[in-house]
Amino acid sequence: MIRLEGIQRVFQVGDETVYALRDVNLEIGPGEYVSVMGPSGSGKSTLLNILGLLDRPDEGVYRLETVDTTELGDARQAEVRRHKIGFIFQFFHLIPRLTAAENVELPMILAGVAPSERRGRVETALAALGLADRARHRPDQLSGGQRQRVAIARATIMRPRIILADEPTGNLDRTSGKDVVDTIEALNREGLTVVMVTHDPELGARTRRQVQIVDGRIRGDRREAP
Amino acid sequence: MKPGDLAGFCVRSLAGYPLRTGLMLLAMAIGVASVVVLTSLGEGARRYVAREFTSLGTHLLIVLPGRSETTGGPPPLLGETPRDLTVEDAEALRRGSAVRRVAPIMVGSAPVAWGGLEREVTILGSNAELYEIRDLAMAQGRFLPPGDITRGEAVCVLGHKIRRELFGNASPLGAWVRVGQRRFRVIGVLAPKGQALGLDMSDVAVIPVAAAQALFNSASLFRVLVQARHRDAVARAKSAVLDILRTRHDGEDDVTVITQDALLATFDRILTALTLAVGGIAAISLAVAGILIMNVMLIAVSQRTAEIGLLKALGAPPNQIQRLFLGEATLLSLAGAAVGLVLAAGGVIGVVKAFPVFPMAVPAWSPLAAVGVSLATGLVFGVLPARRAAHLDPVTALSRR
Ligand SMILES: Nc1ncnc2c1ncn2[C@@H]1O[C@H](COP(=O)(O)OP(=O)(O)OP(=O)(O)O)[C@@H](O)[C@H]1O
Ligand SMILES: [Mg+2]
Repeated sequence: MIRLEGIQRVFQVGDETVYALRDVNLEIGPGEYVSVMGPSGSGKSTLLNILGLLDRPDEGVYRLETVDTTELGDARQAEVRRHKIGFIFQFFHLIPRLTAAENVELPMILAGVAPSERRGRVETALAALGLADRARHRPDQLSGGQRQRVAIARATIMRPRIILADEPTGNLDRTSGKDVVDTIEALNREGLTVVMVTHDPELGARTRRQVQIVDGRIRGDRREAP
Repeated sequence: MKPGDLAGFCVRSLAGYPLRTGLMLLAMAIGVASVVVLTSLGEGARRYVAREFTSLGTHLLIVLPGRSETTGGPPPLLGETPRDLTVEDAEALRRGSAVRRVAPIMVGSAPVAWGGLEREVTILGSNAELYEIRDLAMAQGRFLPPGDITRGEAVCVLGHKIRRELFGNASPLGAWVRVGQRRFRVIGVLAPKGQALGLDMSDVAVIPVAAAQALFNSASLFRVLVQARHRDAVARAKSAVLDILRTRHDGEDDVTVITQDALLATFDRILTALTLAVGGIAAISLAVAGILIMNVMLIAVSQRTAEIGLLKALGAPPNQIQRLFLGEATLLSLAGAAVGLVLAAGGVIGVVKAFPVFPMAVPAWSPLAAVGVSLATGLVFGVLPARRAAHLDPVTALSRR
């Protein structure tokens, strides 16, 4: 499903060259549940951004379902993001002036889904995450855990194949963090591929596959026996 | 993304920042309103002048002593004193077949007194035909009698303001007033009829031209008013007047004939140019409003980087984000223009209410032009911020909180 070959990402800061990723080779199959761990600045977010087509590698090939994404133009990459990838961020990134329902609706608006269909899908998605009675609330009227669940509803509303989560519990207390992880794991059980960056070893231990990054290189790739 | 959704999204994001949106709307509205109101004032001025000319009387030619146009060639060596226009000249003009009426005009100023009250008044020496030519109306009595123009009967017609000031509520008809050193019998009072080309007809006393000549001890006329038989005869009447006066003045073209149409056309051109100039100046405020929109949209883009990054992560391609921001700018200028038109309507109605005499009118092109310019500025100045938004790097946009 996901196949990275010889990925390199270099940042030029002043006259210093920072290697965020060096020669990364990684293959992730459909339905996998992967955690990416490593010290701060090791390149985890950079990896996730490349997987999500928000960033382009300087070298290497990234194939998503056999398509070489590095060859795609901006508009085509956006289309892939729209239909195949859902993002969950540490800081939720909900639009503050929109209600929970409107935030969840946004990807469908961008994709041009008919309004009549949108309403039903938003309702179902919010209800599935236990947010039915919060639909009309704006983000500042929601708790952190609720906000992240709204963000998860938004990430899944277009029925993507892949969920990319960058420290989804990083801004949450234990209980709401647990709620969010449960939600993500439920999605994975439904067959979605989940790649999650986390600092939390306990959370990492829950995943069936753990990728360890140090200094832009993959240092470990541990799989649990199924 | 569907057009309706795009508009909805733009409205929501504009509504999300009410103060900023309101200020921008205001700037645009003031620009549009000033264009419309100022051009309406200009158009009103044009109509006012046109009306004033028409109130001069129809098919009018004005004969002035002296040449106003140079027709090439060096000026005469001896300082040219134009020959005076005389009553005889005026009478001779009646020979022109296109000429219907002729009124000589002599103007002076003299004290007019009655019963101990005295007032300095503009004295108009003329004849009976002035009545038709100037389209006058009587409030009381009658106008100067027709008859021998060289005989100055001692009668006068008063403007209504003078009548009021000298006579109060008493009837002036038949009263003898003193004008200068002479006595005149009042035979009529003019009806109030506003101004005509700067001469307030309510503030004059009209006497026969021969009497005026005697009063001012002068034979030269201020001008001669000639009425052509009809509108199409104006040109023929003009050349007849010139021919007749040339013969009488030993072959010299030493008079100027102004036709009402020519004057009107000149004023019309001047005032239309003025209206355009004023409209153009007002349009500058629209450009300023456009720059304001650009400035505020740039701020909006930098304030909303996270949102733009998010939209990209959700799969919005660059041109869609550009459309969103252009849509906001367009919506702003359209809404601003709408508010501006309402303001302008209020302003125009206000002026019309306050000055009913002034024929204020909105030229059809001006609201269209104002809305067009505001839309264009909104689009032009919206492009830069929209492009900046479209090319924002989503990773850096999202990493900032
Ligand atoms: N836009 C950028 N310009 C310059 N350097 C960058 C940029 N983005 C990332 N880097 C550098 O690349 C390296 C990897 O960054 P990345 O954000 O992927 O780390 P991370 O593993 O996500 O760290 P953290 O756990 O703190 O989030 C870091 O050294 C960082 O300084
Ligand atoms: Mg990171």
